[in-house]
Amino acid sequence: MSTEAREEILGRIREALAVEVLDPAASYARIARKYRTSEGLSAEACIEHFLDRLRDYDTEIFHAANEGEIAATVTQAMQHAGERSLLVAKELSAAWIPAGADVRRDEGLSTAQIEGVDAVLTACEIAVASTGTIFLVHDGAQGRRVLTLLPDHHVCVVRRSQVVGTVPEAIRALGARLGHAVTTISGPSATSDIEMTRIRGVHGPRRLTVILCAE
Amino acid sequence: MSVRVGKTAAARAFPVAAKEALGNAQLRRNVHHATDVIRNKRALRVEEMPDWQQLRDTASAIKQHTLAHLDHYLEEFSRNCERAGGQVHWARDADEANAIAVKIIRGFAEDGAQEVIKVKTMTSDEVQMNVALEAAGITPIETDLADMIVQLGHDEPSHIVVPALHKNRVEIRDIFRREMNLPELTEQPEELSAAARRYLRERFLRTKIGISGANFLVAETGAVCVVESEGNGRMCVTLPDMLITLVGIEKVIPKSQDLEVFLQLLPRSATGERMNPYNSLWTGVTAGDGPREFHVILLDNGRTKLLEDELERETLQCIRCGACLNACPVYRETGGLAYGSIYSGPIGAILSPQLQSLEHSRSLPYASTLCGACYEVCPVKIDIPEVLIHLRGRLVREEQKTLGGKLGMENLAMQAAAKSFLSARRYEAAQRLARMGQKLFERGGELRNLPGLAGGWTKFRDLRAIPKKSFRDWWKSEGRA
Repeated sequence: MSTEAREEILGRIREALAVEVLDPAASYARIARKYRTSEGLSAEACIEHFLDRLRDYDTEIFHAANEGEIAATVTQAMQHAGERSLLVAKELSAAWIPAGADVRRDEGLSTAQIEGVDAVLTACEIAVASTGTIFLVHDGAQGRRVLTLLPDHHVCVVRRSQVVGTVPEAIRALGARLGHAVTTISGPSATSDIEMTRIRGVHGPRRLTVILCAE
Repeated sequence: MSVRVGKTAAARAFPVAAKEALGNAQLRRNVHHATDVIRNKRALRVEEMPDWQQLRDTASAIKQHTLAHLDHYLEEFSRNCERAGGQVHWARDADEANAIAVKIIRGFAEDGAQEVIKVKTMTSDEVQMNVALEAAGITPIETDLADMIVQLGHDEPSHIVVPALHKNRVEIRDIFRREMNLPELTEQPEELSAAARRYLRERFLRTKIGISGANFLVAETGAVCVVESEGNGRMCVTLPDMLITLVGIEKVIPKSQDLEVFLQLLPRSATGERMNPYNSLWTGVTAGDGPREFHVILLDNGRTKLLEDELERETLQCIRCGACLNACPVYRETGGLAYGSIYSGPIGAILSPQLQSLEHSRSLPYASTLCGACYEVCPVKIDIPEVLIHLRGRLVREEQKTLGGKLGMENLAMQAAAKSFLSARRYEAAQRLARMGQKLFERGGELRNLPGLAGGWTKFRDLRAIPKKSFRDWWKSEGRA
């Protein structure tokens, strides 16, 4: 690695900024942030907002009243397309997995093994109502990144308590978790590269299902 | 050092290329359609944000702050990225960036076999990385749908966000039929994107090396953020064993929290979506998840020169959303290829010439009506019209330093005008002279077909004749002077 290039670039910057000698931390703290950090919605309205945004981006929605209903709901979501095999992270709660499903637990599966699975079931870290976005932080029950990338159907369990109103609320709640591998997902994979027509499903999962769990 | 921006050195002047583009009715229909769709979607999504202006203010302030402490934040990013297992390289110019990438790839691949998958990066087009890779026997595979269309069609990108927006579905179908050997393919967008999926799937799975750009580097954590829609970005940063990220030094932001501002502004400005389908954020390498080797190449390529002047520095605030292209009445007529630079439209008109110290893309600062639409939509509030005027001034001053420029008609005319504006007496004398002179060209109160330099104006525009009596004459004749 050339330290020469590094020193030269940093030198050019310092030369160009000759007059700037302020303390970065103090000047950063003075940046005005007058935008909204909350939309001030009730919990109920917030969930409605979230569901509306999910629908807007072609995400399928199922409801589970409690943890005990998740497994049956997953079965329903998979029946929809006649899927058989289900991929889950090693740490995913066994209670969520439907009885009789052809389950592949990720204990170091190869890319080819993951590619061959019909659907993947994960938890999420937090979700944003105003944009219909799900945040995955890739550890535990949310799985490593490739799990939610290759299967054609991603089923994600979102608890009502995980839904916040705005992007700033989510970013602030995530804090240091943003130093991990993170993926945000807003609807299934899509492109508008051909005449700006939105087409669902290019390279990522072509179907996204959210199971909203009430408690 | 040699700063290079795409193929600008060989590009024709904008007016020449623009004239040709204006004659291409199909191109104009495609560009109109695409920019109309994005503009309308953007307007809808911006309207629902009551705090849009406050977000712009903060975004601009964050970028200004970061640029004023750029050395500090780059060092912080570099430290944190390396602590997390990444390797940081610094490239002074295009050639150095390409040489670093080639060296990393050769050092990684045992058998010398050589394919890389790439997720859309304008920066790699800036340094012409594909040309350098191919020269080294490495095959770059573009995976963004639009970039694939450009690569397979042996074309150039014409938009920062939607590089193939100048092609319609039939033209895309023809490229895919030919290059993918799919004679039966129809022009249905769903079928075209499905063809791209099949074509790339196996390549994603077998290719060991990925190359990406980055939308943001987070100094505080050393994280890299890529914003995308199709999932090809996730493929490229997740599946390969080794990943190289090429990124301009201006892409660093201080803290993770700053993402809350940019992740609201960027998707709405770029594609008119509340949020794009995928954002990937990763820090160095993670055991058992994603590439086991990760390199970041921090690129200068002329950027540090823009830091010296505060107005020019604003150009580096750009987050490459492309909103100014869609809003620009010039871009909307000519499309991006006429700019001769991979950075086209209003932002390209200020970025391309500045990166290259005004050595190339010299006609671009004039490729604007200065209407201000670009500034209005810019999510980081770059005053593009102001920078355009500033650059025109720089070009004129440079021109005046040469003998040809000094004795040129335009300079002599401008110098004479400047002199006559200096005193009321001289100004009035000039007016009288012009009033006599215009008689030859006046018809119905309009001047037509003026000779010489002024002819450039009257060829396309109306010019009112100087009235028989000026306001000052009238004022005097009323006895009020």
